[in-house]
Amino acid sequence: MMLYETLIHPFVEYGFMRRALIACVALGLGSGPVGVLLMLRRMSLVGDAMSHAVLPGAAIGFLIAGGLSLPAMGLGGIIAGLIVALLSGLVSRTTVLKEDASFASFYLASLATGVLIVSLRGSNIDLLHVLFGTILAIDATALYFVGGIATFTALTLAIVYRPLVAECFDPGFLRSVRGHGSLYHVLFLFLVVLNLVAGFQALGTLMAVGLMMLPASIARLWARSLPLMMAIAAGVAALSGFVGLIVSFHFGLASGPTIILVAAILYCLSLVFCPSGAFRRLFPARI
Amino acid sequence: MTPPRIRLENVSIAYAKNLAVKNISGSFEAGSLTAIAGPNGAGKSTLLKGLMGDLKLQSGAIHLDALQPKDFGYLPQAAEIDRHFPLSVADTVMLGAWNRSGAFRGISREAAERGHAALEAVGLGGFERQHIGALSAGQFQRVLFARLLLQDAKVIVLDEPFTAIDAATTRDLLRIIRQWNDDGRTIIAVLHDFEQVRSHFPQTLLMARETVSWGPTETAMTTGNLQKARAMAENAPTEQPERLAV
Repeated sequence: MMLYETLIHPFVEYGFMRRALIACVALGLGSGPVGVLLMLRRMSLVGDAMSHAVLPGAAIGFLIAGGLSLPAMGLGGIIAGLIVALLSGLVSRTTVLKEDASFASFYLASLATGVLIVSLRGSNIDLLHVLFGTILAIDATALYFVGGIATFTALTLAIVYRPLVAECFDPGFLRSVRGHGSLYHVLFLFLVVLNLVAGFQALGTLMAVGLMMLPASIARLWARSLPLMMAIAAGVAALSGFVGLIVSFHFGLASGPTIILVAAILYCLSLVFCPSGAFRRLFPARI
Repeated sequence: MTPPRIRLENVSIAYAKNLAVKNISGSFEAGSLTAIAGPNGAGKSTLLKGLMGDLKLQSGAIHLDALQPKDFGYLPQAAEIDRHFPLSVADTVMLGAWNRSGAFRGISREAAERGHAALEAVGLGGFERQHIGALSAGQFQRVLFARLLLQDAKVIVLDEPFTAIDAATTRDLLRIIRQWNDDGRTIIAVLHDFEQVRSHFPQTLLMARETVSWGPTETAMTTGNLQKARAMAENAPTEQPERLAV
């Protein structure tokens, strides 16, 4: 009974908790596998930069919609994220700057522009919502939006899985068989932007990448095959959402940061207990 | 099956404004077995990348006759591939079926059997389910050779295939290269070990950004030519940021 009261009752009793949980599960299904591929491409920090880069577009969507509207802000975010991704790619190909340096420059400019736009027309509370998210305020429209992105991501990954993996593992091979690696790279960046926008309302621009990269890192520590890694990442993201929502509900904490902190704690535990972790090193199994 | 020849006409390749390869002219004859040798920074790998279309030519042309891009099989330097990527040996080898399966078609049973046979041929039968991260450098190189076997390419381009590989693996892979050549395929390989070149490669392109000599190995790899190549490499400008052609 105690367990039911603690773990289940909040979701039975409150619609906002149910919607938040479904949003976390949907975010995990989309962001988890995308995060795994992002990590394997050694682009984890690029994902972080991209999450900030969507801000000016979201802010313009915020202005046009006259408030917090996930579809309007999401569309703006997608456009802004893609522009920054393409500009960064262009700069890295035409100057001596590498892709990470050009991403860093553009995301800082984007973050500043976005905060400036929101602060000009919105309140401080609006700004906080944009930066840190409001997962408990997710409505049905936002839920469809997040669910739609998760569905699109899962389907797209299933269709282009082979070329994406080949491009990630051995881009030289894909070039040699004329496998259109650049096309899949751009498509993948599009999926990254989409999923960051999906995480936008739940976790805000500063933490949207959290449910993408932390579960991916955890999955890398536990699994050796790519499909299993993707499944673990999706599961860990959903579990972090569930535990984070429960903890934040009972202790009156902010939901978004609590969810990310739960994922961070799972990451720390994984560092210790995963097959190559500290525990196994200190106490090697005896045959 | 005799593939057409590949003809290079005044090929120059540059990184920014720095020439890494300068005015290389000559032919890789159909069914030839050619080593590309030279000192560090000679532009050997750069030339291969130009041949594979990865780098644009600054000037000159590469004439492929009737060859199509799908007729080429390319093995890049080991450092360019993530050896700890979470893929199984079987999945890695089956990438070699790309020309038939493409990005979306399923792998046929026949292709799967050929993949299995390719693994047997490189001495890794039974390793299908292993993850590549668990393999030694030599075993991983065998896997990449199995992928090339599956590609069934008319022209096989190898960039330093024996770097950091043990002697037994090198011997086995050299045997596979000889077999490819006996089948009539054209083989082009960048190599560091001059003794290996002399022992196993009838043709050699010795270069130091530009051609030092190109022809039968015994005439191309003379002491005089090697000294000339070394002197040309030492006198060449060093500011160009090439890290590919070592």
